[in-house]
Amino acid sequence: MTNAGSKADGRSLEDRLRKLQSDGLTAFAAAEDADALEAARVRFTGRSGELSDIMGGMRDLDPAERPVIGRLANEVKGALEAAYDQRAGALAGPADGSRGGDDLSLPGRRAWPGGRHPVTLVIDEICEIFAELGFTRAAGPEIETDWHNFTALGIPLDHPAADMHDTFWLDEHVLLRTHTSPVQARVMMESKPPIRVVVPGLCYRRDPFDASHAPAFEQIEGLAVDEGIDFVEFRAAIDFFVRRFFGPGTKTRFRASYFPFTEPSAEVDVTCFLCGGSGCAACKGTGWIEIMGSGMVDPVVFEECGLDPERYTGYAFGMGPARIAMLRYRIPDIRLLYEADVRFLEQFL
Amino acid sequence: MDISVNWLRALAPGIDGTPEELAARLSLQAVPVDVVEHLGAELGDVVVGRVVSAEKHPDADRLTLCRVEAGGEVLDVVCGAPNVEADASYPFVPPGGTLPGNFKIERRKIRGIVSNGMLCSEQELGLGRESDGILRLADGYEPGAPVGEALGLPDARLVLDLTPNRVDLASHIGVARELAPGGVAGIEPPSFGVEWKPEWVDGEHVAATADGVSVTIEDPVRCPRYLAAVVRGVRVGASPDWLRARLRAAGSRPINNVVDATNYVLLELGQPLHAFDLARLEGPEIRVRAAAAGETLTTLDGRAHELDENLTVIADAGRPVAFAGVMGGADSEVSGATTDLLIECALFDPAATRVTAAGAGLSTDASYHFERGIDEHAMESALRRCVELVMAVAGGTPGEVAIRVGREPAALPVVALRPARVRKVLGLELAAADIEGLLRPLGFEVRAGGGAEDDGRGADRGAEDGADRGTGRDDDAMMVTVPGWRGDVTREVDLIEEVARRHGYDRFPSEPRPIRPSAVPSDVTWARRDAVRHLMEARGLLEARSLPMVPAARAGASPVKLLLPLSATESVLRTDLVPPLLDRVQHNWAHGQRSVRLYEIGTVFARDAAGGGPAAREGFLEDVRVAAVLTGPRFPEHWSGRTPEVDAWDLRGLLEEVGARLTATNLEVGSPGAGLHAPGTPSFGVERWLGGEAFAMFDDGVVVGVGGSVRSDALDAPPWAGAVFAAEFRLGAVRPARSPEFVALPAFPSVARDLALVVPDGIAAGEIEAGVRGVAPRELVGLRPFDVYEGEDLGAGRRSVAWRLVFRAEDRTLTDREVEKHVAKIVTYLREELDVRVRES
Repeated sequence: MTNAGSKADGRSLEDRLRKLQSDGLTAFAAAEDADALEAARVRFTGRSGELSDIMGGMRDLDPAERPVIGRLANEVKGALEAAYDQRAGALAGPADGSRGGDDLSLPGRRAWPGGRHPVTLVIDEICEIFAELGFTRAAGPEIETDWHNFTALGIPLDHPAADMHDTFWLDEHVLLRTHTSPVQARVMMESKPPIRVVVPGLCYRRDPFDASHAPAFEQIEGLAVDEGIDFVEFRAAIDFFVRRFFGPGTKTRFRASYFPFTEPSAEVDVTCFLCGGSGCAACKGTGWIEIMGSGMVDPVVFEECGLDPERYTGYAFGMGPARIAMLRYRIPDIRLLYEADVRFLEQFL
Repeated sequence: MDISVNWLRALAPGIDGTPEELAARLSLQAVPVDVVEHLGAELGDVVVGRVVSAEKHPDADRLTLCRVEAGGEVLDVVCGAPNVEADASYPFVPPGGTLPGNFKIERRKIRGIVSNGMLCSEQELGLGRESDGILRLADGYEPGAPVGEALGLPDARLVLDLTPNRVDLASHIGVARELAPGGVAGIEPPSFGVEWKPEWVDGEHVAATADGVSVTIEDPVRCPRYLAAVVRGVRVGASPDWLRARLRAAGSRPINNVVDATNYVLLELGQPLHAFDLARLEGPEIRVRAAAAGETLTTLDGRAHELDENLTVIADAGRPVAFAGVMGGADSEVSGATTDLLIECALFDPAATRVTAAGAGLSTDASYHFERGIDEHAMESALRRCVELVMAVAGGTPGEVAIRVGREPAALPVVALRPARVRKVLGLELAAADIEGLLRPLGFEVRAGGGAEDDGRGADRGAEDGADRGTGRDDDAMMVTVPGWRGDVTREVDLIEEVARRHGYDRFPSEPRPIRPSAVPSDVTWARRDAVRHLMEARGLLEARSLPMVPAARAGASPVKLLLPLSATESVLRTDLVPPLLDRVQHNWAHGQRSVRLYEIGTVFARDAAGGGPAAREGFLEDVRVAAVLTGPRFPEHWSGRTPEVDAWDLRGLLEEVGARLTATNLEVGSPGAGLHAPGTPSFGVERWLGGEAFAMFDDGVVVGVGGSVRSDALDAPPWAGAVFAAEFRLGAVRPARSPEFVALPAFPSVARDLALVVPDGIAAGEIEAGVRGVAPRELVGLRPFDVYEGEDLGAGRRSVAWRLVFRAEDRTLTDREVEKHVAKIVTYLREELDVRVRES
């Protein structure tokens, strides 16, 4: 203690604080290594250091001067601590001596970018658009019974239509679902209409893994069941989706087709979103790209699932988000979607 | 299915429009057309070339030196085809001409002799997909004339991508019904200039013709109906050009005039027929029966088959001579020596045909039709047409009687169609007359219904006079008789589809309707996935989606095996996510990527010996998991300094965030292997990858996740690769609906105290933290280590861990004295209970 019993005067404390700040800043800046810096810290701002000493002297100050000197002491303390932190950071910094100086054209500091898979991007967008039409998201198991996968959807097991699904069997009546449609059956058996659900999920077919086929792939299924749903509403819903997803100028084309669980059935084409309909490699020169199978729910499905086909009507559709992602992002080989190559995934952030 | 446009126009002269327009109409209304192929479009330079002499090339055994007349002077042509003969005509390209594919023919020397042009095969002309020599033309064409007439060109081929329901479109007449103006009324198959009107000899199981040929159906389930005709005195040879042109355009290879005639009728009418060499049939008789075990049959393609009772055969008095509805046998085949024929026109059961085709390992055009169902009502006319075509192209005299064994054709189904239901399903204001106008051209007979059940006569001709047509009130159901070729139409909704597609899907308005929101809440799994993705994205991880099939060696305990895998490398389903994800790390390493930060959300599978799974899928477990893997630098490299590598605490931090933000889990330091298993789900498989540093996530005392360092022997790492850290946890542990609760912001300042503690080895930071929290007052609101130091000055077996303690009271500013008192109590506790002392500086 240096206040030697006499009543300290504000002026001398103020002078000491200013000198302390100046000395401290110089000492911190001059510290060549962490030890020197630590020694300076102990001397100036340590618990028994000079700053503590001065602040101890404030007890004897005239009460009127105390706030003024107190404020100054806090300022000095803040300045010294900032100088200490800066110097400590610099000393802890790169050992190779590289410094940016004031060259702000040097690149900034970044974190690793994280992101979703391109197929997820497509699925999320499809779900968001159908959410606007009141569709919620449903889910179901990937290991299914043949009843849910085929019978409930109007596909007899010995019918040629079953040939369309080259199935991975696991046991006599157990298989890996060949489409997300069995979730339709599960939803209809568990819930009463109005039903509006989309079902994204992995499906399995015995296709060899090549540039355009994968034995496991994402599908997204949609189902709307209520009283009074007709083909006109079905067209309108699909048109709404297509314009939202592919752009307001996109046209749709419904073609007659066949699916065991819809009738009437339709394949939906959209004007090629790469060439705008003038013809390119992606649409094989036709100007149209096939994007989904769809149709009005077949009454046999309602019957199998315990809903009255006279009372309820509905529509259903299915799309391949991987195929859409490949077209949209011009990915030439489906296997790229499964490799988890960081250079590939970072393109979709 | 290949459809010839010329053939369609021959069947229905009213069909107009370009091949592309026809293809577009079919694609929109009936069946996709994959491609339109123009046949003969590039054959402008090809002419009829008559070979006047053919001699062996003096210097080459396999070459022939021909003198070819092709309009001008006679040319020397060297030909390599084995089938070239003198006094015959072939397609010929003179020098300077081109073939399809812009293949230019030049005058050139072949083994010392100048060849002036080329004699062509079907393949070279772009007409056939295979050929075994040059294409012989019929005699009588002027040498030098364009080859188009002889080849039935130009033509266009529509390649249809048939759907399983519309077998009727696997015939030209079926496609013509869709395209002809007026539909079925516009179809008139052209006559072959001869006529055969037999008397039918009927039999329920057996029947015989006047000249002693008998047919017996032994198994009326597998073969309900069998028609046969005998034609004697035919001359088997090449078919005329028009017939061969038709077959080629429809994708079928001409064989000889008799076989071509049967194939023609199949392609035109969709009725498979088979011609036997009558002289080779023992009896002569036909018996349709199940094969007997031990019997054998060699089919037309030369393959020998061992038979069993499941297979259905056509047999003569002694042995099988054909697989019923699939393929004929080699030794009753029609050959150049054949003079008498038995022509079969049968109805085989779809399921029996499927069994026979599968058992024989054969899939033919005939089996395609029988498996899907033929038009029972058109069998007589198909047999008549085939016999007439044989007469026209191969001569011969058919018997005056023909055999017909088995049941009558099934009555045509009558389906009630309510116009009100049509309007309800389609949303179109269609009157009964509109509906009838759409259905009738397709061959549906429509009568106004009285609500009564149909009398079952089905194919009655009563509706012909017009008075009976569907002119009833709109509320009455219309009674619609389905034509025999539309076996796919059995229900009202099938007719509604016909109405919709004939009306044209593109003519439907697209009007949004008021909707009721779904009564089905979203499945919670989606919100869980979203929550995980957001966290992982924020932490700088990239989403992987790997194939769920893995090699058996990559799977853990009790994997689910695929009964028929595509390959050994994809033979089982993954039992956990981390090992396949480690393969993805290796893939990235293989491409020079050192920094790999991946996560995946996916399903894992296992067999569960204990059972207990959901009904009917008992014995199979599936669980959705989240996995993450980290290796390489913690941040992208930056010029300002070296970037540290990720370590176990990066992984721990990730799991802490999952615990704090997504789940209700506690994180504990675990030991590899022991107890890190979530009951009732596939194993985490940690024994295959988890190294010395391990964490376990507990939800209410149950393990729901694991993580830690990956053992070096679990990966094939290049020398420059960094350490790898991985974790896997159950998606089901994520609580997406956690609702934060506001806590009032502190009104009084906090006081911080730092304690540098000298800790003997063996005491974990976690123990100190737990101990301090145990004795500290509630004013201790923060406790975290901020520095760990190991140095010789501490002595062996010790390290220094510096903690920052933050104290705060809710209702006042704490005084130094209070804080010192709390600190002293903690220091005392540490010294006395844990032998941990405050470091003297």
